[in-house]
Amino acid sequence: MVLSSLQRSGKAAAMYRFTLASADLIALASGALFWPAEKLLVVSDLHFGKSERLARRGGALLPPFETRDTLQRLDDDLESTGARRVICLGDSFDDLHAADAMEAGDQLWLTRLIAGRDWVWIEGNHDAGPFALGGSHLADMQLGPLAFRHIASGDTPEISGHYHPKLRLAGRARRCFLLDATRVIMPAYGSYTGGLWTYDAALTNLMQPQALAVAIGKTALALPMPRTMPQL
Amino acid sequence: MELPAALLDWFAAQGWGLHPHQVAMLGRADQPSTLLIAPTGGGKTLAGFLPSLAELADGAHKGLHTLYISPLKALTADIRRNLRRPVEGANLPIRIEDRTGDTTYTQRRRQRADPPHILLTTPESLALLLTYEDAPRIFAGLSRVIVDEIHALAESKRGDQLMLQLARLETLSPGLRRVGLSATVEDPPALAAFLGADTVIMQADPGPDPDISMLVTPAPPPWSGGGAGYAIPAILDQVRQHKTTLIFHNTRAQAEIFFYNLWLLNTDDLPIGIHHGSLAREQRDRVEAAMVAGQLRAIVCTGSLDLGIDWGDVDLVIQVGAPKNVKRLVQRIGRANHRYNAPSKALLVPANRFEVVECQAALQAVVAHQLDGEPRGPGPLDVLCQHILATACAAPFDADALYAEVITAGPYAGLSRQNFDDCLEFVATGGYALRAYDKWQRLMIRAGKWSLRDPRAAVVIRQNLGTIIDTETLKVRLKGRSGGTPLGEVEEAFASTLTPGDTFLIGGQVVRYDALREMTVEVTRQPGRDPRVAVYGGTKFATSTQLSERILQIFQQPDWPNLPYHTAEWLALQRDVSRLPQPGRLLVETFPYERREHLVLYGFAGRNAQQTLGLLLTKRMEDQGLAPLGFVATDYATLTWGLEPACDPAALLDRTTLRHDLETWLGGNAVMKRTFRNVAIVAGLIERSHQGRRKSGRQATFSSDILYDTLRKYDPDHLMLQITRDEAMRGLIDFGRLDTMLERIGDRIDHIQLERPSPLAVPLFLEMGRVPVEGAARERLAADAAAQLMRDAGLA
Repeated sequence: MVLSSLQRSGKAAAMYRFTLASADLIALASGALFWPAEKLLVVSDLHFGKSERLARRGGALLPPFETRDTLQRLDDDLESTGARRVICLGDSFDDLHAADAMEAGDQLWLTRLIAGRDWVWIEGNHDAGPFALGGSHLADMQLGPLAFRHIASGDTPEISGHYHPKLRLAGRARRCFLLDATRVIMPAYGSYTGGLWTYDAALTNLMQPQALAVAIGKTALALPMPRTMPQL
Repeated sequence: MELPAALLDWFAAQGWGLHPHQVAMLGRADQPSTLLIAPTGGGKTLAGFLPSLAELADGAHKGLHTLYISPLKALTADIRRNLRRPVEGANLPIRIEDRTGDTTYTQRRRQRADPPHILLTTPESLALLLTYEDAPRIFAGLSRVIVDEIHALAESKRGDQLMLQLARLETLSPGLRRVGLSATVEDPPALAAFLGADTVIMQADPGPDPDISMLVTPAPPPWSGGGAGYAIPAILDQVRQHKTTLIFHNTRAQAEIFFYNLWLLNTDDLPIGIHHGSLAREQRDRVEAAMVAGQLRAIVCTGSLDLGIDWGDVDLVIQVGAPKNVKRLVQRIGRANHRYNAPSKALLVPANRFEVVECQAALQAVVAHQLDGEPRGPGPLDVLCQHILATACAAPFDADALYAEVITAGPYAGLSRQNFDDCLEFVATGGYALRAYDKWQRLMIRAGKWSLRDPRAAVVIRQNLGTIIDTETLKVRLKGRSGGTPLGEVEEAFASTLTPGDTFLIGGQVVRYDALREMTVEVTRQPGRDPRVAVYGGTKFATSTQLSERILQIFQQPDWPNLPYHTAEWLALQRDVSRLPQPGRLLVETFPYERREHLVLYGFAGRNAQQTLGLLLTKRMEDQGLAPLGFVATDYATLTWGLEPACDPAALLDRTTLRHDLETWLGGNAVMKRTFRNVAIVAGLIERSHQGRRKSGRQATFSSDILYDTLRKYDPDHLMLQITRDEAMRGLIDFGRLDTMLERIGDRIDHIQLERPSPLAVPLFLEMGRVPVEGAARERLAADAAAQLMRDAGLA
């Protein structure tokens, strides 16, 4: 029912369907991953509170709107997919202090999203440790055939984040998913996040030669994972 | 004011006599502010220093007496050498030192502890000095400030920043006297007001008119392009006939191509060097030293040699490519023959046939003594934000006192208290509608004064001082042991287009790209292969209104006996297959080319206004379903391309609609984002990317576009967006000039439909700086590209 509502919106290219270890998954153009059979929405690297953390360290005072911007997109995705379970794949907060310092209104919003859902926070390198928000906190987790963790390991099939992959398509930089027969690396979902080119050795070493990339943005477009610096 | 006898004796021994304006400057030594306009070679720098030498001759003054500020680092070192000669010759007890980004750490520390009598520096180094806690002590005895080439500084934010610094210095050392020096000023009263409220203008004898003409070559210039390769044999002939020649180019890439081709034809092995801002410091030093030693017959150069270093032996200046602006041309011509009262000799070399017309127009303007220059608006607020932050680094400040000080600076004389408070609010709290940073303010009030919340932040603030925004560049090194030889820099965007084995030009050599290692492009020499060309970021000048009008007038001649036959033929051909643009009318051509529908609009409104027209035009095209893909603008035309033809260009050009579009949509385009990035860096919202930091934090840094989009969405009235809008309207957007053009044209639009590009349109296809349009067509192409890649990989 969820997918049909997405499909009815007419955006055929707003998602890319694929299978990992016999699980049918959908990469959404927003950067979230949806597993219909489990009604599970996965997002990675939200980096809530990034601007607050930079300010705390005496740096520039960036526009403090990225948390609500990210929340809005998450809210929209939960609404459109009807997800009952959520996994945040780590680096959900820019640091542990940022989790406590979250503005009251934003905290309320997040609490409302968590309420009534099976919500899991996986630890990342930015937010290793518990924080005072609903949901369970885990180092990693297993659901059916799939492992969920922040940083890709040798233990596949797995879904991970951390690297913020991006690529260039028709001359434009776009965030992307990376997928092969054994793993998915998710794009960063947070508004204030940069990226790592897919041709970086850290990513080419991880992904199998026939890996695909799914570029996100207005549409989700699959293409072979770019493994060398692009030419004009 | 009298010069010391020892100095007069030394001058006499050299056979030097003082020029009248030098004597006059001594007479005016007590005046609070003077703008001296004197021709190049007229000893204006010495004129500026003479009162200082007179006042310092008795050795009584302790500490800093005179601050000399130049736009160029190279100039400070050169002036130090030139000034030390008479001082040492006359055995005067005066210590003269320079201080720039190249000065060693030890030397800089010593200068703070024990400043010299005369300190030669740049606006950026002065900004840094003023952020130290001991600034009041360093500048306590400062008596005079000399601003050299003030017209060049006044053209950019560097000048606005410098004037704020002079206001600061005035507070630290009341009664400070100012001198501004310049050779080329189009509006002396405006420049005087810029320097200070009580500035008196002193005009020296301008000297004889230059000997200037177009270089006549047997071979005609090409239809398009900027290389001027066709003229190389004729230019080499000129180099042979003169002692030393400066060969100016408008862009670094053009200088590189030209230099490379020049050496292919330089069979006599004439010693010729290259000098531009993207070359490694070591390379530039070597060329400068060889020039000073008289070992070079010519230098191929760019704006990096527009100003400054006095090389007495230069007897010919060659300008390759249209000069775009008469003032800059006059400045460059002045680089030849630095002897007083001798005419400078210069040759113009058009790079293509259109530029023949532009060069002709420029010659007319120089003969008519008509300089040009667009007036700048009031001092920009991003510079003020940086100044407030920098002031807080030195010491806590009182807001009322700082406001009173700031409005004594020429560019900020009209600054409202409201604007000042907005800037202070931005610097202190971020100035957001959502008050998120009450706990982490950057500045806070302690004991009635504003100070840094975290004093450690001063380190980062100092690293980010200055108003020059570099494009992201990567260093280029020749592979070898001990790190390799540095060659220079290329833009990151260019480097990302290279694959191993590609060749490009840098410093006149063809090199092969091997690898990208730790933010350095590693290359090996690869002589004898056709290079791809490095794309540098150098400034693109907009052709001035005056030159554009002169060009349109030339087009109206029934024939062109004053132009070379090839150009006359080309114009005649354009008149034949299409028509020539006319003053008061607008020529629009449409034609298909390489599977894209093109439209050219010859507005002659200057590069920036034509660029804005491109933005607005493609927006209208997107609305009308013409699927535009991009556009490129030059000083005289805008070229757009897309998937569908535009059948009714007049419908795209309705003034009211364009104005409305500008207001409502201005936000989303690439030009605004670029402007925002510059504004945000100057104002201290985002940090400059330092090579090291970028390397370590690739995932952590994100594009300034994201900040821009977020601000527009959540806080559209934020100060940074206001500044961006103001700056873009004046500078990159230049809507005023566009609107004037459209008003003058009314409905006099001539639409010509063609089968192929017209003669006049051809050069547009070779322009750099194409702006992509983010619209439906882009998604169509991205989807096609992804599908094609999947098919190629056998996956679909």
